[in-house]
Amino acid sequence: MTPPIIQFEQVNKWYDQFHVLRDINLSVAAGERIVICGPSGSGKSTLIRCINRLEEHQEGRITVAGIELQDDSRAIEAVRRQVGMVFQQFNLFPHLTVLENLTLSPIWVGKVKPEEARERALQQLRRVRIAEQADKYPLQLSGGQQQRVAIARALCLTPQIMLFDEPTSALDPEMIQEVLDVMVELAKQGITMLCVTHEMGFARAVADRVVFMDQGQIIEQASPQEFFEQPKHDRTRDFLAKILGH
Amino acid sequence: MSTPTSTANAHRPAMLLPSRPPPARQHGPWQWVRRELLGSSSSAAITCIIAACLLWQLPHLVSWSLLEAVFRPDADACQAARGTGACWGVVVEKYRLILFGRYPHAEQWRPLLATVILLALLVASCSRQCWHRGLLVAWVAGLLVFFGLMSGRWWGISLGLSPVPTDQWGGFPLTLMLSTLSIACAFPLAVLVALGRRSDWPMVRAVCVTYIELVRGVPLISVLFMASFMFPLLMPPGTTPDVLLRVLAGITLFAAAYLAEIVRGGLQAIGRGQLEAAASLGLGYWATQRLVVLPQALAHVVPGIMNNFIAIFKDTSLVTIVSLYELSGAMGLAVNGDPNWRPFKLEAYLFITLIYFACCFAMSRYSLWVERQVTHR
Repeated sequence: MTPPIIQFEQVNKWYDQFHVLRDINLSVAAGERIVICGPSGSGKSTLIRCINRLEEHQEGRITVAGIELQDDSRAIEAVRRQVGMVFQQFNLFPHLTVLENLTLSPIWVGKVKPEEARERALQQLRRVRIAEQADKYPLQLSGGQQQRVAIARALCLTPQIMLFDEPTSALDPEMIQEVLDVMVELAKQGITMLCVTHEMGFARAVADRVVFMDQGQIIEQASPQEFFEQPKHDRTRDFLAKILGH
Repeated sequence: MSTPTSTANAHRPAMLLPSRPPPARQHGPWQWVRRELLGSSSSAAITCIIAACLLWQLPHLVSWSLLEAVFRPDADACQAARGTGACWGVVVEKYRLILFGRYPHAEQWRPLLATVILLALLVASCSRQCWHRGLLVAWVAGLLVFFGLMSGRWWGISLGLSPVPTDQWGGFPLTLMLSTLSIACAFPLAVLVALGRRSDWPMVRAVCVTYIELVRGVPLISVLFMASFMFPLLMPPGTTPDVLLRVLAGITLFAAAYLAEIVRGGLQAIGRGQLEAAASLGLGYWATQRLVVLPQALAHVVPGIMNNFIAIFKDTSLVTIVSLYELSGAMGLAVNGDPNWRPFKLEAYLFITLIYFACCFAMSRYSLWVERQVTHR
């Protein structure tokens, strides 16, 4: 069996006095698609933000693509080249065109030639079906379009792992589907995905595993079928009742 | 649309209305006056008051500055017209002294040429087509030529021109050079200090805060005094750099402290999300600042930055205090030293005011252009 691409071992983290991650153990196999859900404040965003070191953990070990995350900035940068991230608020660079958003990191970090970076960027934009907007600025696009650009930008580094931090939570309802469609397509192509989301339909359709968190702990992890039909814990049932009830 | 159709619409199921152009607005100067100047009774009243003031004062102004004015460099005629007409003769008589200060009269083609070169470089730098490596080369070459022309030599090597020591430089070339170089040096320094003030390292932060607070607590005049008189006392004899260089450093350090705070204001407007996005893309600290943070931060504070540049330009007039006769100092020198022309200082002042205004106005128009360039919506 190949070693896991992401491994959390007894990870603990505090914000000041607040114990936000408690004894997290999680291992993710290459190519696995994981949906993380749970009530707000349960630590799910913090968990995935630890994977590319946007947050530091204080105890335990996190290993990503064979590199252990410590204070070594080289190691952190090496991990970040393997990990693409999509944020709730898109976080596109508003002073750059869509195309420049995509080529920035390949050119300055990946040392790719500008023409080649451009070619690759256009390819990714076609993949998220937005190539015709390449020369616009982010704020000229709709939320759904911006989020698709953000996905394309993360893909430009050809990462092994993609992290999605509530990618559809800031979108108008009619734009959620276009982003989910892109994510489903991505999931079919075998990239490792960790997605924090409340879109249970997405979880059912693409996840290999659903991880449920509450109060900084992983309460339960199971295949979507098992998770939705036979949740083991009361808290999981409570959560599902609330989120699917309406 | 007439009323019957609109009532009919109310009974029909919702249908797509065709788009139509907005109602025509009347154009033309008379419509403009009616709308903007006489739109309401209060604005009509204010318009009338202002028009009355203009009608009352304008004839005096025209008669003083043009009709009754003396344009010949004739001090007696000026004296005769005193009180009724302006004496532009003082400008005709003294313009070379005002523009070039104590620079030797026969050699004044040199500061003239040097000024033209510097102005040409400044104008070229403002246009986007010129922003490539060649411009940097042109600046280095241009500054070498500027200093070569002004002093007549490079680092002691004679250029076949008569040497002119820096204490004889003066007038507009000095103003232009001091402000250009201090702005050019202060800006990058200010960006570094602003970044330093937000650094994760406490020592860097402390140094930057101390620098800013110290400099802001002192008037520019005392900085210039220290640069000019105190600094040489602290240096071993014979090693003191030229007074011009010391003054330049003084203005630069002074201006950078203020600019740094403006830049910091811009940095604060950049959200954490931008930094996180840059980090997640693998960009390091300097790449993030240069490619993501600064372009946005500086765009937010273009008006403040240009405000400061304009202030620096005018602040260079304070170097008169350490006997460097830049434009305003040279004007004082030209008029105060000559009893015949001393009474007509006002006209000389108006002349240099015009020069300052032309430069500052150009800077503020340029700032508006830059603002348009950095808005992407």
